Amino acid sequence: MSASPVFANGRVLRYSFHERLGHWLAAVSYIYLLLTGLAFWSPWLFWLAILFGGGTVSRELHPWAGLVFVAATLMMYAMWGKQMHETREDEAFWRAVPHYIRNEDELVPSADRFNAGQKLLFWGFFWCGILLLLSGLILWFPQLIPWNLRYLRYFAVIVHPAAALLTIGLFIIHVYMGTAMERGAFGSMTRGDVSIGWAKKYHRVWYERLMRASR
Amino acid sequence: MSQAILEIRKISGHAGSVPGAGVRREFEVCKLIDTTTCIGCKACEVACLEWNGLTFSETTFNNSYQTMPDTQWNYWNLIKFNEHEREDGTLQLLMRKDQCMHCEEPGCLAACPADSAIVQYVNGIVDFQQEHCIGCGYCMTGCPFNIPKFSPTARKVFKCTLCVDRVTQGLEPACIKSCPTGCLHFGTKPEMKELAENRATQLREQSGFANAGVYDPSGIGGTHVIYVLHDATNPEAYGGLPKDPRIPWTVKLWKSPLKWLGNFAIIGGLVGVFVHYLRFGPKVIPPDDEPPQGGAPPQERGPQQGKRP
Repeated sequence: MSASPVFANGRVLRYSFHERLGHWLAAVSYIYLLLTGLAFWSPWLFWLAILFGGGTVSRELHPWAGLVFVAATLMMYAMWGKQMHETREDEAFWRAVPHYIRNEDELVPSADRFNAGQKLLFWGFFWCGILLLLSGLILWFPQLIPWNLRYLRYFAVIVHPAAALLTIGLFIIHVYMGTAMERGAFGSMTRGDVSIGWAKKYHRVWYERLMRASR
Repeated sequence: MSQAILEIRKISGHAGSVPGAGVRREFEVCKLIDTTTCIGCKACEVACLEWNGLTFSETTFNNSYQTMPDTQWNYWNLIKFNEHEREDGTLQLLMRKDQCMHCEEPGCLAACPADSAIVQYVNGIVDFQQEHCIGCGYCMTGCPFNIPKFSPTARKVFKCTLCVDRVTQGLEPACIKSCPTGCLHFGTKPEMKELAENRATQLREQSGFANAGVYDPSGIGGTHVIYVLHDATNPEAYGGLPKDPRIPWTVKLWKSPLKWLGNFAIIGGLVGVFVHYLRFGPKVIPPDDEPPQGGAPPQERGPQQGKRP
């Protein structure tokens, strides 16, 4: 019998220290990127750049924060990539999303460690992150793009905001669900643990596998 | 221009019309470059550096008279030389003074995200305000003429100002002042347009240049720098002058439909999650009635004695 995954206080470890570190590295860099990016997105939000030290400072630091975000995303990919693969249960989950939205959770199929929505969030950020990196590198050094390759710049100025908008959509839903909608989810990403009730409710397949493994 | 800003528009308690109303000529300025009388002496290049206090840059020899391949952040005025082979096999040495075209609809200004970094004056001059520039380089992407250039030292973007400081004092730009052949002219847009059309007609009717014409591209609403070309059907031959310059369509798409769609989606998303919370609220976790399956019961020691890893 291996050690129990349940702590003495009756809670279950959901995210290890490295998982939490990777997540918050991405979160902090993303929020900085979002706010400085919005400053360049609309003149009505340019005051955000002033908040972060002025337009010039924001322009200088935004690409570096982007590199931090990419590194954090790769870190999460290394930890979670395999667990994010699509499974047969995901289709059933998507069909049950209207119930999920209406909090009719008894009609939602039980999920493994990550449900289909979390997988969408992960891959959405992953692929948008790649687009943002490629277009961002061009926007970082436009002066190095020769005139006959100017179409790269034309590509970058439209791909960068379009991909960013997709991530903003994912971000709004993710933050809402992780703080207001699913009580306990925020704690799983800060302290790392969840109650057994939480684990059973949202990720019963994962929880039961965890228990079997420790038996 | 300096006099024009003090022109009176309204007068209080005044009987009759405002003196001088409708009398003053056009405000919009224009530089006319007649490539057919340019001799490639580069006096304009030197005058530009002199007036604007720019340093002399290193030249690049490329089997041509051209000073360097392109304008630079500190070299705003460059004559482009091209040995053009005509259809009958004869050669023509084309020389075109390249600089900012001061577009009526500037792509640089459309693409710029920094408040007040690029302005367009009523007289048509498009000017960069480096104290507001954040060095993002979007203007370089918006420009169809490859004019704004990034300074690695200042980390800001520079270009020709059409000598706005001289023009506001009633002087012509430095390049015009220095031209020895008179191929450069400066005046109001209608005057310069008329002069250019007259010269093009002369070239067509008397000099055998059947395709001679004026370059004032309409895709960007016209420019405040116009050319007379021997062959207006082939502007590309003049050191890559674009035939139909336009603001890149991706810049337009980004600055208008995508922007509105994106703003709508962001605000819609925020409102959506808020309304969801009001309607459905948080999810409720049922009280934990089952003991954990397998492993030690909670009251006994867990891994690391209850410490969180």
